[in-house]
Amino acid sequence: MNIFQSIGDQLIGWLFEVDPATWPYTYLVYALLIALGGGLTFGFVAIFAGPVTWVERRVAGRMMSRIGPNRVGPQGVLQWLCDGLKCWMKEDLVPACADRPLFRFAPYLVFGGMFGTFAVLPFGANIVATELNVGILYLLAVTGFVVIGMLMAGWGSNSKWAMFGGIRSAAQLVSYEIPVAFALMTVVLVAGSMSLQELVLGQGGMPWEWFVFRNPFLFAAFFLFFTAAIAEGNRTPFDLPEAESELVAGYNVEYSGMRYLFFMFAEWANLWVMSAIATVAFLGGWQIPGVSPEVIAASEGWTFVGWQALSVAIFVAKASVLVFFVIQLRWTLPRLRIDQLMVTCWKYLVPLSLACILGVLVLMLLIPEGSLVDMLLRVVMLAVGLAIAITYLRKVRATYLATRETYRNMEGKDQWYPAYRLP
Amino acid sequence: MTEAVLFWILAVLAVIGGIGVIASRRAMYSAMSLVWTLFCLASLYVLLRAHLLAALQVLVYAGAIMMLFVFVVMLLSMTDEEKGKARASGYGIAGSLAAGTILVGVAFAVAGQPSPEGPLAVGTVRAVALELYTEHVLAFQVTAVLLLAAIIGATVVAIRRI
Repeated sequence: MNIFQSIGDQLIGWLFEVDPATWPYTYLVYALLIALGGGLTFGFVAIFAGPVTWVERRVAGRMMSRIGPNRVGPQGVLQWLCDGLKCWMKEDLVPACADRPLFRFAPYLVFGGMFGTFAVLPFGANIVATELNVGILYLLAVTGFVVIGMLMAGWGSNSKWAMFGGIRSAAQLVSYEIPVAFALMTVVLVAGSMSLQELVLGQGGMPWEWFVFRNPFLFAAFFLFFTAAIAEGNRTPFDLPEAESELVAGYNVEYSGMRYLFFMFAEWANLWVMSAIATVAFLGGWQIPGVSPEVIAASEGWTFVGWQALSVAIFVAKASVLVFFVIQLRWTLPRLRIDQLMVTCWKYLVPLSLACILGVLVLMLLIPEGSLVDMLLRVVMLAVGLAIAITYLRKVRATYLATRETYRNMEGKDQWYPAYRLP
Repeated sequence: MTEAVLFWILAVLAVIGGIGVIASRRAMYSAMSLVWTLFCLASLYVLLRAHLLAALQVLVYAGAIMMLFVFVVMLLSMTDEEKGKARASGYGIAGSLAAGTILVGVAFAVAGQPSPEGPLAVGTVRAVALELYTEHVLAFQVTAVLLLAAIIGATVVAIRRI
């Protein structure tokens, strides 16, 4: 029984006043609802990918002491609509010597691989398309299609830049899949399940109940996962496949119009997906502080809907914070060289993630859950985490204040920086 | 009913992919057809409720091993003459015979088996793990040693080149 079936049964009973168990057309309603759910998710990707490009460009502008897009709409918030429209109107070019079928099909494969991950992401207490017992393996598997799509794009373009970009991204994604998988295995060990919903249920709403603060090894695993996930998403400092100075734009250099947009969609969707997975696996997912899942399950009517909405809001908020952090990271760090990239993965991340798995296993045997030592460890880890977060925020604030005057002088003028600026 | 319809759609798609692997003249297209076939097979595993097997199939074969194939195809960058002409050699006949024998054998083995009904729990991670670590623990460990030997072998071969 998944969400589509339960909503479908409710709808059938309400609309047609028949018993869903005996009604012959239930599958039609389910199929319709699944199509609707797919459409909604697609809409979410588009709505997320659009404004996030604007946020990223504004943050980039601010961090580079320039302005960024601020022409379309208030402070440029509608810039992404114009970009999308522009790409949509453009001619869909295929290079003369390109491998036409591969070239044309590649963007859909990349986007499809990214879109497939949404099938198992738990957005809220009951808002999840399917609850697979192999959720994490499924996530790792469908993202494999992204690699194939990038290789297809690189090969099909029949251009050396695209080819190098494709090969680089394939090598990078295949390598970094290993630390990602190992880091996720640590939470699988603690939760005792590969289902993403079970992972969330294994944690609690309060920060000290999250997996990330449970013990030092899980804390380290979170950072390992996040580093490797950034690399999997081809984000700076690991954006070698798209290194502008070397490869122009990498595997997507020959694309134009809508197909180019699909690559961009996949890239931004991936930004969301990796933040969401980090949230689900380490940061408590949709768990509402102070409200146990049993309370949500027992509630009825509008209270139930309210809890669902609140859990979705909490999940989206947590993931958005991570997304914003990754965006800031992109404009902070320089790009690695290809050999440094491989060394980082194979010589540091893989052994460290293996050590994390061993450490988590040992601690699981030594410290029973709920004991005094366990509580103490959580408090200490939470303190460490808070210290890191506060240092980070202080640094950001100090950098902001350093150039505040410049921006204050622009107040009221065309180039005035955002309304949500810090004091 | 739904299951039968899905099975026939996926089975036909898988066979089309399989024909594509041997029929296409370009190595890259063959590789892509193989990915397609493996994906269809994984979907068939899902129909059989072997979710773990399906995920591993896509992860290991479509994800990792096919990546290796595609890399080799790309690095070889075959010219038009090497793309291969249709030919029937002794190898071709021997290969067809072997494949036919396996097909007949599998068909005989599977023919009498009943198809699973209802929500079975045979394909979940827990069920497979229980089987692996109780019934087949020796085979599992021997396979692990074999894989370890293969990894060490690959490292030894490669380390002279680096």
